[in-house]
Amino acid sequence: MKALTLPGRSVPAAGTTPRPRRRSRRFNGPLLAGLILFGLLVLAAICAPLITKADPTAQDLTQALLPPGSRGHLLGTDRFGRDTLARLLYGARIDLRVGVLAVVSPFLIGTVLGLVSGWFGGWFDTLVMRIVDMVVAFPFFVLVIALVFALGPGTGSIYLAITLVGWVAYARIVRGEVLVAKNQEYALAARASGLPTWRILLRHLLPNVVLQAIVFSMSDIVLSILAIVTLGYLGLGVPPPTPDWGSMIQDGQQFMLTHWYLAALPGFAVVITGLALALIGDGLVERMNLR
Amino acid sequence: MGFVLYIGRRLLAAVPVLFGTTLIVFFMIHLVPGDPAVTLLGTHATPQAVAALHAQMGLDQPVWRQYLDFLGRLLHGDLGHSFFYQSSVTSLILGRISATLWLILAGAIFAVLVSVPLAVWAASRRGGLADHVIRTVPLLGLGMPAFWLGIMLILLFALKLGLFPVSGYGTTFAQHVQGIILPGLTVALALTPILVRSLRTSMINVLGSDYITTARAKGIGAGRTIAGHALRNAAVSSVTVLGVNIAYLVGSTLVVERVFSLPGVGTQMIDAIFNRDFPVVQGVTMFFAVMVVAVNLLTDVAHAGLDPRVRLS
Repeated sequence: MKALTLPGRSVPAAGTTPRPRRRSRRFNGPLLAGLILFGLLVLAAICAPLITKADPTAQDLTQALLPPGSRGHLLGTDRFGRDTLARLLYGARIDLRVGVLAVVSPFLIGTVLGLVSGWFGGWFDTLVMRIVDMVVAFPFFVLVIALVFALGPGTGSIYLAITLVGWVAYARIVRGEVLVAKNQEYALAARASGLPTWRILLRHLLPNVVLQAIVFSMSDIVLSILAIVTLGYLGLGVPPPTPDWGSMIQDGQQFMLTHWYLAALPGFAVVITGLALALIGDGLVERMNLR
Repeated sequence: MGFVLYIGRRLLAAVPVLFGTTLIVFFMIHLVPGDPAVTLLGTHATPQAVAALHAQMGLDQPVWRQYLDFLGRLLHGDLGHSFFYQSSVTSLILGRISATLWLILAGAIFAVLVSVPLAVWAASRRGGLADHVIRTVPLLGLGMPAFWLGIMLILLFALKLGLFPVSGYGTTFAQHVQGIILPGLTVALALTPILVRSLRTSMINVLGSDYITTARAKGIGAGRTIAGHALRNAAVSSVTVLGVNIAYLVGSTLVVERVFSLPGVGTQMIDAIFNRDFPVVQGVTMFFAVMVVAVNLLTDVAHAGLDPRVRLS
């Protein structure tokens, strides 16, 4: 068996595994703009203690509900006198971290399951796809909220709930790509040359099918940030007093008539994050010439 | 005849999916860390109370037995009893169902009314200023939390302009209609960015097809070409696109109801979560799955009604 295992490079030219097509330009407008914007957001979150000296959880009722531009409080304070700018920045730490990390395990699990079920088919494929059908019958937010409730409060539950619901999208996308790719010449050639299955899957198929999953993961991060913020708004997210954009919006909603910016500012933060990731996603599509 | 057969086939295909959703809803209780009864009652509960709750929830039975019981009751429309209210979960949901159904309907109608014209406009001026604006602005909307959008609409239309009530649903039909406009718009606008982008693409495909070229070559004006020839085919794709995203729309009603204090099923679920009322949370989760499956069926039927090719395949 070993004698038949040819290294990938000596496979006949007609069947060589195509490398993802590279354009001469490494970056395009949307990709660059998105990366810069997202980079700035991450930088602001990391450098929060350097940007503001204020403690996001320190209460001072004598300084409550100050308007933006007040001395020492650039964006004002909330009803407990906590600095809004500090809460926004430290909130970014929580929301961006949880949002990005929550996507990692669904990405891995979904990609592996999609790869395996698309390649082998059969009962495993049927089983995986039936489970996918079950999960997608639920609205994303409803199932995530119900699961977080069942699992109990805390960030661990949020990760687990998003993983349990989120993997299905990746499994679907990757499986669809594998079904197309496995009948293309390079895959047939890799098979005919007797490469071990794991090698075909990891070295030849994966690089060609994973692009779509990466592009999707950009909008999936947005979705998971929206889920965390929604949980925070409903009072089911990261427990107080830890700052989080969702709970900030909920706090601010009561003072809408007099202090509208308390609810508006954290929402803008979410919108800008979403914009950055959408631009990155669009830029990736354009660069990889997927459309 | 083919149409009836098609609907029958789609109905049959929905059965295993619904069956699968019952599995997920059932196993929710087994995700509760530790003993669900202790978690629900609190650590200070007496052993008698825990044992009583075990018996009430059937937790003293083997798992397969619990599931069969759950399924059997579900088939009789019995979703269990609320821990908090002296009432069955089914009657609690039925008492709240109308506001949610109205919201889903209003959201779907507004979504079509807003996104179809925008998509047609962008597609017919492809590459122009309108197209660029319509393609770029939705990028801002993709990351917009639905509840935040609702709060901003309240701020603008209810508090500043005084056009709509801030919250609530009223008691008369006229008040219902007035109370549902802003929440419906919120649900619709949350979905619009996704809808406009996919609709624009399919509209461009429609406008590029041969029969449009033929219509133009015959000398029919641009307006009549779009209204008479392109729109019916674009309607097919808008129904499909709406169908694909309907779960998102249905899901966003949950939190939008909360923002506007609508007495719907979503508000009930959140109240139930704070009351640790497990059967109600399970029941509402099941309700939302049934809603998604039902609306998917409806869009499939509408699709088949608009596009005869679907029925025959």
